[in-house]
Amino acid sequence: MHPFTLSRADDPAKAITAHALDPQLAFIAGGTDLIGLIKDRAALPERLLDINGLPHMAEIQALPGGGLRIGALARMSDVAADTEVRTHFPVIAEALLFAASGQLRNMASIGGNIMQRTRCAYFRDETDGRCNKRSPGSGCAARHGLNRNHAIFGWSQSCVATNPSDLAVALAAMDAIVIVRGQAGERRIPFADFHRLPGNTPERDNALDRGDLIVAIEVPANIEARASHYLKVRDRASYEFALVSAAAALAADGRSILSARLAMGGVAHKPWRLTAAERNLRGISLDDIDGLRSTIAASFVDARPLAHNAFKVELAQRVALRAMQTAGARI
Amino acid sequence: MSKAPKSDYGKAASGQPPSGPTRGGPNVELVPVNLTVNGRARTITVESRTTLLDALRESLALTGTKKACDRGECGACTVHINGRRVLSCMTLAAMQEGKKITTIEGLEQNGMLHPLQLAFIEHDGFQCGFCTSGQIMSGVAMIEEAKAGWPSAATADPRRPFRLADLSRAEIQERMSGNLCRCACYPNIVDAVEKAVARS
Repeated sequence: MHPFTLSRADDPAKAITAHALDPQLAFIAGGTDLIGLIKDRAALPERLLDINGLPHMAEIQALPGGGLRIGALARMSDVAADTEVRTHFPVIAEALLFAASGQLRNMASIGGNIMQRTRCAYFRDETDGRCNKRSPGSGCAARHGLNRNHAIFGWSQSCVATNPSDLAVALAAMDAIVIVRGQAGERRIPFADFHRLPGNTPERDNALDRGDLIVAIEVPANIEARASHYLKVRDRASYEFALVSAAAALAADGRSILSARLAMGGVAHKPWRLTAAERNLRGISLDDIDGLRSTIAASFVDARPLAHNAFKVELAQRVALRAMQTAGARI
Repeated sequence: MSKAPKSDYGKAASGQPPSGPTRGGPNVELVPVNLTVNGRARTITVESRTTLLDALRESLALTGTKKACDRGECGACTVHINGRRVLSCMTLAAMQEGKKITTIEGLEQNGMLHPLQLAFIEHDGFQCGFCTSGQIMSGVAMIEEAKAGWPSAATADPRRPFRLADLSRAEIQERMSGNLCRCACYPNIVDAVEKAVARS
């Protein structure tokens, strides 16, 4: 493995300053993505700073009014097992449980989860060389290569990769807030603004800069979260990244939808909110399958499938519908 | 908050930081690490980049933990850190200062195999045996997770409490899915885990 030095952070301010001043330094928490990136030479940091010892960053707290604050160093398995999370935000518990394996969930941190890099095979392949994310300006092998697992929304000629995080899809649906501490102090990034579309700079996955440390994720209370569900469809039954996934949540008056939240994974460089569908689902009965289906379809008119992933356009609509129905059964 | 298997991940490290590193070339840094392995205090010197897996096999000669994919994809290198199952290929030895590590060599007690080891023999839970230590280490910790009430992706509704009696074959399959078996002994592995749960 590429060599690096390792030190331990005990003070967040010092860690942030070190990260801001040293472009060759990376934070390490669970390491489950970073170690793999280093082994695949997709990340070559000279120095690692172990942030696991930073105080008060692994806590899961219920907020007054029904929201949640999840420390960035909380482990996936602890968040998924937390009674508060399971009871009030089942979509978050399920998104975590459908990801990775028991071993990896015990290791991986929440902050690292939303930072994880794409599983695009060309990005992970150190021998190909044509990846703008790995090496800006080198091209995109997936654009005209094998792109079955790639995006149908929001891609650019520079990059057609998808974001692999299941948790991020659930957090996007919940309008979570990423709490980041940087050199200028703390700031709150709405989840929709955290991940970026690739554009001409696909090497940048998210809104973070040098010297930024994710300290927590806040999930505001909302009336839909209790009746929520995460549905993930993949090539294997378990331990696999999504082909397509959906986070759905809704509030209803009897069987009539009052409000709905729908976000999709496996379809874009970031979690993809179906905002048009969300607006138009209001007033539709959960028993009106055709009505639900056609409303969801409105969010897919601008889908742009690639050579090998046209199936995702139909699959995603079915996954969204089924996720809505399961969420609806939890009312 | 639900009761969960013990872990100190994310909390301040209790041990003293290792004393100063020795430089051995560009970024090749030797660091001493103090850890407890299978109940015994050990101090090893590793490179910063050494995985826990390589340290166990090469510094401590504990070759029961297997190196297969070395990418976090197969589960063959599963060990316990402070009682929780993890992939030793995806974590650094130098990050384990003060931690308690258990490997397959540490499961037997007073010359008696662990009940899950016995169940693997009874149910023929292996052919070539290469994945077996990882399967058993995963299974032992998985049963503790189920006892602590952790749900899984096979749990129909995570809002409800999970009880050990809910640990169906489908639940076991899902919870063991991080351990691949090239010989495809899966039905027998599930049988063995089921038997160990029944006896626990």
